[in-house]
Amino acid sequence: MLIFGERINGMFTDIGDALRNKDPKPIQYWAVKQQEGGAHYLDVNSGPAIPTHERVEAYEWMVNVIQEVSELPLVLDSTNYDAIEAGLKVCKRPAIINSCPAEQVKIERVFPMAIQYNAGIIGLTMDKKGIPKDAENRVAFAMELVAAADEYGVPMEDLFIDPLILPVNVAQEHAPEVLESLRQVKMLANPAPRTVLGLSNVSQKSPDRNLINRTYMAMAIASGLDAAIMDANDDDLVDVAATCQILLNRSIYADSYLKVFRAR
Amino acid sequence: MSVTLVKEKYSSKVGEVVLGATAEQGGTRTSTITVGGDSALPFLQFEGETKNRPVIAMEVTDIVPTWSDTIKNQIGDVISDPAAWAKKCVDDFGADLVYLKLIGAAPDGENRSAEDCARIVKDVLAAVGVPLIVEGCDDSEKNNEIMAVIAEAATGENLLIGIAEQDNYKSIAAAAMVHKHTLIARSPLDINICKQLNILIHEMGLPLNKIIIDPTVAGLGFGIEYVYSIMERARLGALANDKMLSMPIICTVGHEANRCKEAYASEEEFPGWGDLEDRSVLWEAVTASGVLQVGASILVMRNPAAVSVVKKNISDMIGK
Repeated sequence: MLIFGERINGMFTDIGDALRNKDPKPIQYWAVKQQEGGAHYLDVNSGPAIPTHERVEAYEWMVNVIQEVSELPLVLDSTNYDAIEAGLKVCKRPAIINSCPAEQVKIERVFPMAIQYNAGIIGLTMDKKGIPKDAENRVAFAMELVAAADEYGVPMEDLFIDPLILPVNVAQEHAPEVLESLRQVKMLANPAPRTVLGLSNVSQKSPDRNLINRTYMAMAIASGLDAAIMDANDDDLVDVAATCQILLNRSIYADSYLKVFRAR
Repeated sequence: MSVTLVKEKYSSKVGEVVLGATAEQGGTRTSTITVGGDSALPFLQFEGETKNRPVIAMEVTDIVPTWSDTIKNQIGDVISDPAAWAKKCVDDFGADLVYLKLIGAAPDGENRSAEDCARIVKDVLAAVGVPLIVEGCDDSEKNNEIMAVIAEAATGENLLIGIAEQDNYKSIAAAAMVHKHTLIARSPLDINICKQLNILIHEMGLPLNKIIIDPTVAGLGFGIEYVYSIMERARLGALANDKMLSMPIICTVGHEANRCKEAYASEEEFPGWGDLEDRSVLWEAVTASGVLQVGASILVMRNPAAVSVVKKNISDMIGK
């Protein structure tokens, strides 16, 4: 189970301010803190804090300041592919591109870029019309992305299919459909593509966010989830991820397994 | 129709551990031995590298052991002189290294002092140039006492010292750390305790490349299948990047095989079992070859004739 730390995102006030003021400290603080929490990768997203025409420069800057304090690989998160490419150019370790929907134009932009920079891809099970309601259509989009990986020569384990979870308080019917999608995506190819979720989305604006995140993550891992963009500093959530590794017999049990899961 | 070989791909490999230290490295050994480093299951060279060949440590005891005559007769008079015995193991029997077991330290036996034990270790170090493994007796309290003194007396030699166990590891791990030795971590045929003990020792500050796993073995016919499955899980864990199970493995096959009645009972007693000389050699050699197949890096053996058979087996499996 891979943890992609979600905290370096311009949607958070401290990161938004840091981006506007070119102040590396809050970004570096969260890079280190998430690594200590148990993150394997750091998601990097400028959010709306930076005007579109400055994003290329902003991603290059963010990647550089993070790499000054952390060795973790990065997940470059933007809809602006020029900004992602600027970041990929300075990444010291193979990164992951977040994200590419099942749209031909975007596939043609993203997949060759992934090959060029030896990067992974998060593929979204949606197109211009939006997110499907059921598992069947999500899996159909996943199949298009799997076919694209095959066509462009992206190794299947470098493709992370994201079946897109929505907040349970407004779109409750999606939660079981996403679990079913995870199960089916794992059967699309051999080796199978990997899977990822923007986990915190499931609990948006609910009072019991942490409980919902933890419960849904355990259910999703059992259904085939390999990675989550999530709160790497919710210790109980990271403990759930570690415990799932044990209960699915993916890692050999030892009394100190929680500590070992966090060791890098 | 052509057949394509299905090959496993592994993400990691077994850790490498160096035993012994030459003069430049702070010791007095004429050569060192490196074990581990494999990147596939044992001897599957088409899937990965068998980096360092498995080695044989021959067992020497500080007082004359109660072993069967079939073994003692091969060793001869030197059996009462640990240094001369060790030299014979290396020069005549082809041992890669020597395993010195200080049974004379047992409080209910000779009750040798720590200083006496340290002197014997120094004598053996002086007699041979190969790296040395040192284990105490079966009394853990006495062992803590003697191993602290031995570790200090042999500072810098990078001995492989044992044993650390889950309920008694701190004192010997500290001795290994302070005096720059490598440590044997023994678990009672239990993969979970094996991993936990490695974590605990590593938390004390001993690097992972200073630990050797002793998973405890059993002789042929006495649970070797169970040993095999435990060792296989450890090896697959190491290859899947479980750092806390990635250490090379030592197996005390001589001790275990020769506890089996089949290795010492006479033909007169069991006519159907055949000639004892052959049987005792085979019992130890087959036990050793069994654990070799699942990743033993260091075989601790007793019977010189069995050592000769297993050395050939290793060469055949390695292909050189």
